[in-house]
Amino acid sequence: MLDQPKTAPATFTGNRALEMEEPLLFEIGRPETSGVDVEEPEPFEDCLGGLERQRPIGLPGLSEPETLRHYVRLSRMNYSIDAGMYPLGSCTMKHNPRLNEKMARLAGFADIHPLQPQSTVQGALEAMEQLTHWLLTLTNMEALALSPKAGAHGEICGLMAIKSAIAARGETATRKIVLVPQSAHGTNPASAALLGFEVRSVPAGDDGIVHAEDVASAVGPDVAAIMLTNPNTCGLFERDIGRIAKLVREAGGYFYCDGANLNAIAGLARPGDFGVDAMHINLHKTFSTPHGGGGPGAGPVALSARLAPFAPAPVLIRKGEKLELNEDVEYGQGFGRIAAFHGQMGMFVRALAYMLSHGGDGLAQASRDAVLSANYVRAKLRGLMSAPYGDRICMHEVLFDDAWLSGSGVTTLDFAKAMIDEGYHPMTIYFPLVAHGAMLIEPTESESKASLDLFIATLRRLGEKALSGESELFHAAPRYAPRRRLDETLAARKPVLRWEGGAT
Amino acid sequence: MRYHPLTDSDRAAMLAAVGVADVDELFADTSAAPASGFALPPGKSELEVERHLSRLAARNLPAGQVPFFIGAGAYRHHVPASVDHLIQRSEFLTSYTPYQPEISQGTLQYLFEFQTQVAALAAMEVANASMYDGSTGCAEAMLMAHRITKRRKALLSGGLHPHYAEVARTVARLAEDEVVSLAPDIVAQEDIVSRVDDSISCVIVQTPDFFGNLRDLRAVAETCHRHGALLVAVFTEAVSLGLVTPPGEMGADIVVGEGQSIGNALSFGGPYVGLFATRREFVRQMPGRLCGETVDADGRRGFVLTLSTREQHIRRDKATSNICTNSGLCALAFNIHMTLLGEAGLRRLARRNHANAVALRNMLREIPGVEPLNRSFFNEFTLRVKGDAAELVERLAARGVLAGAPVSRLIPNAGLDDLLLVASTEINTDEDRAALVAELKGAL
Repeated sequence: MLDQPKTAPATFTGNRALEMEEPLLFEIGRPETSGVDVEEPEPFEDCLGGLERQRPIGLPGLSEPETLRHYVRLSRMNYSIDAGMYPLGSCTMKHNPRLNEKMARLAGFADIHPLQPQSTVQGALEAMEQLTHWLLTLTNMEALALSPKAGAHGEICGLMAIKSAIAARGETATRKIVLVPQSAHGTNPASAALLGFEVRSVPAGDDGIVHAEDVASAVGPDVAAIMLTNPNTCGLFERDIGRIAKLVREAGGYFYCDGANLNAIAGLARPGDFGVDAMHINLHKTFSTPHGGGGPGAGPVALSARLAPFAPAPVLIRKGEKLELNEDVEYGQGFGRIAAFHGQMGMFVRALAYMLSHGGDGLAQASRDAVLSANYVRAKLRGLMSAPYGDRICMHEVLFDDAWLSGSGVTTLDFAKAMIDEGYHPMTIYFPLVAHGAMLIEPTESESKASLDLFIATLRRLGEKALSGESELFHAAPRYAPRRRLDETLAARKPVLRWEGGAT
Repeated sequence: MRYHPLTDSDRAAMLAAVGVADVDELFADTSAAPASGFALPPGKSELEVERHLSRLAARNLPAGQVPFFIGAGAYRHHVPASVDHLIQRSEFLTSYTPYQPEISQGTLQYLFEFQTQVAALAAMEVANASMYDGSTGCAEAMLMAHRITKRRKALLSGGLHPHYAEVARTVARLAEDEVVSLAPDIVAQEDIVSRVDDSISCVIVQTPDFFGNLRDLRAVAETCHRHGALLVAVFTEAVSLGLVTPPGEMGADIVVGEGQSIGNALSFGGPYVGLFATRREFVRQMPGRLCGETVDADGRRGFVLTLSTREQHIRRDKATSNICTNSGLCALAFNIHMTLLGEAGLRRLARRNHANAVALRNMLREIPGVEPLNRSFFNEFTLRVKGDAAELVERLAARGVLAGAPVSRLIPNAGLDDLLLVASTEINTDEDRAALVAELKGAL
């Protein structure tokens, strides 16, 4: 199958059968064209205070059929989970049930305004209450802040609660350090630095996890918090988590757990039991709200009893039959407000639909299947690909490095691009940074055994080709994607960030 | 479970391949957790979930069912059916962040188009590929101004949306920066210019402002620049930019706003999409994701995420922001709706909004006990009403009219209990306006 010409023969137009080249809308649209019928108002006396727009905007339009064709053609240049496996470790791309979409679009959820009288949105508040109940039960934590708009926004929120709690103790000036393992998501140190914390790196052991002894030597009265991802980004469970939590808490600090990988343990283990003080929950990762090429996300934050009083506004309160959203930022000890309105309601409904569909047992089964699938991939690639921490049981994702490719002339990037030609979205590459040439595979619970077997067979075949010296095939990849390898250096050196073809 | 493809025999075969007898062995490391049960109900069928959530939805009053006049940062507009159809295509809906550009050109091209549209609307040079929403984008703009000016004190107009101001204050307080907030400015009379000095990093002004007033930003822009500060211009109603002078033409350095009103549903406050534009010279200080044009190995035009050296996954604790995901799908909805509108359609839509609002204002000012306060506005204005506006809104809601947003809900304890924000868009009919007028007359 791989022994074909290095590039497919060119067509005269650049089109390839059903795959059509599509210009930018600015190249095909016209300013006077519109795909929407809006009536021009009768003449009237305006109230614009002399601030009417004088110059053209520069926005071409398309009719409705042209619009449909433009975007349908664009869509066909995208890979998606509905089209094939998306083994993107640490990002998680699993099946997105359409029921979730249908529920989020019910007028009673989609067509309500955040500032309607609360008496007219009791069902929405009840959905938020139910989501809260599910997430607190799964985490065994005390309170939930619903307003964070994404996982990284949740990190900020959790750290703000920590910072507020430290301020309430009068230790703002002394507790300045946040400990972050080298393998953490880049958002962790970025979030901590944004709030004025000094980020100090914690090493991982040769076995890929953080050891309590290393934390013991790093904690002290200057430490505000540790940020740990568990399972970690190497796909391993932080075995020492209970001891680490105890150490940090005894030293007066707080334990932040990055909840990005909750999907490995949901329904099986509760972060609150480990001593976690704050954890964001990426609804899109664990509860399958669709990502649409990069969001929207939602990152509610679960807080321990120690941090619960510091939750931001708004706070959901039940008063008998009635639910109330307290929007007052002065309420309690809350640290303020981190976004307008009440959070990602559309995502809450999707996540709730997913949870209700699974039930507690179903979520546990999803976690078990995700972990089993990752270990199956690991076992079946044994002897071919190398792993930085040895052939160890992993959680929901399995980490390989590029040691096995050494001398082949094929890099991790080449290997990933060759996967594209075989019909796969590549795994996460070059992350986590602690592994050289990392390849992080997360199959999720959405794949059938047949699908996993085909994926494994493809990787084995590619691996054998790489090791047999056929590196040119890899350097030329992808050959069959809508684009061949793109020049990212050029894009960064001479940034073109908007269409400049017309008058602006 | 209908979403899980593995059968028990698959699982047995896979466990054998892994070399463990039981799946629990894979979780041996997690045994630190007490194996207490999870008191959660069993899974429901699709039909059961539909019934459950439909019952919850039915307890809410959808805006489309009643005469509806609420704005204050989120606006109800008609969204063409093709927008929702297109964003639900599998290849858009179920794709991830475009980390592999060769098979993500659909996402990358729409982000590039989105950036171009946003920059054009704001009359700025560059825009990013979406923020979470307007309020968080506003706080990011403040932090960006701090990075650029190396100053850490922002000045917030009293016409800024109170939630936006609160988000900025929260971020500043916890990042140990400083914010000076001016008092609520109902009729756009505040004196910002004389308060700008060499210690200010930026002035943040909204137009149309929270109370609906249009602001001429030219004097404050000039003052900011004379003092080495930046002008951050905010909008919460993107449709307004089809009719009014854009911030970029008035000297703004950073323009941020809420994009919900183009292509996106109200959704009780989220998900929305933040718009963020600035001048080219500041592009490397810009937060969030950027899409750029380049060429592939065959010389064909293509698009990639770019300038990632600003981003958290490379710069970690030195990154310009911690933003990782964004509101891609909401940006797509914006992009498609804007494409359907085009320049002519957007201008007509904006004029229709303004005409409807003027018509409503003219009717309301005839009601005894109701006083419109604005000298200028786009599609939203402030009324002073007799009595408590929040109570009035409740009374009208009980009678089937969602009349507007009481200012006291967003600015409590400020003695503004008699102020009501009323928004009117193209969705409002003559019957809606007549209903509001009749109910207001009856209630006052």
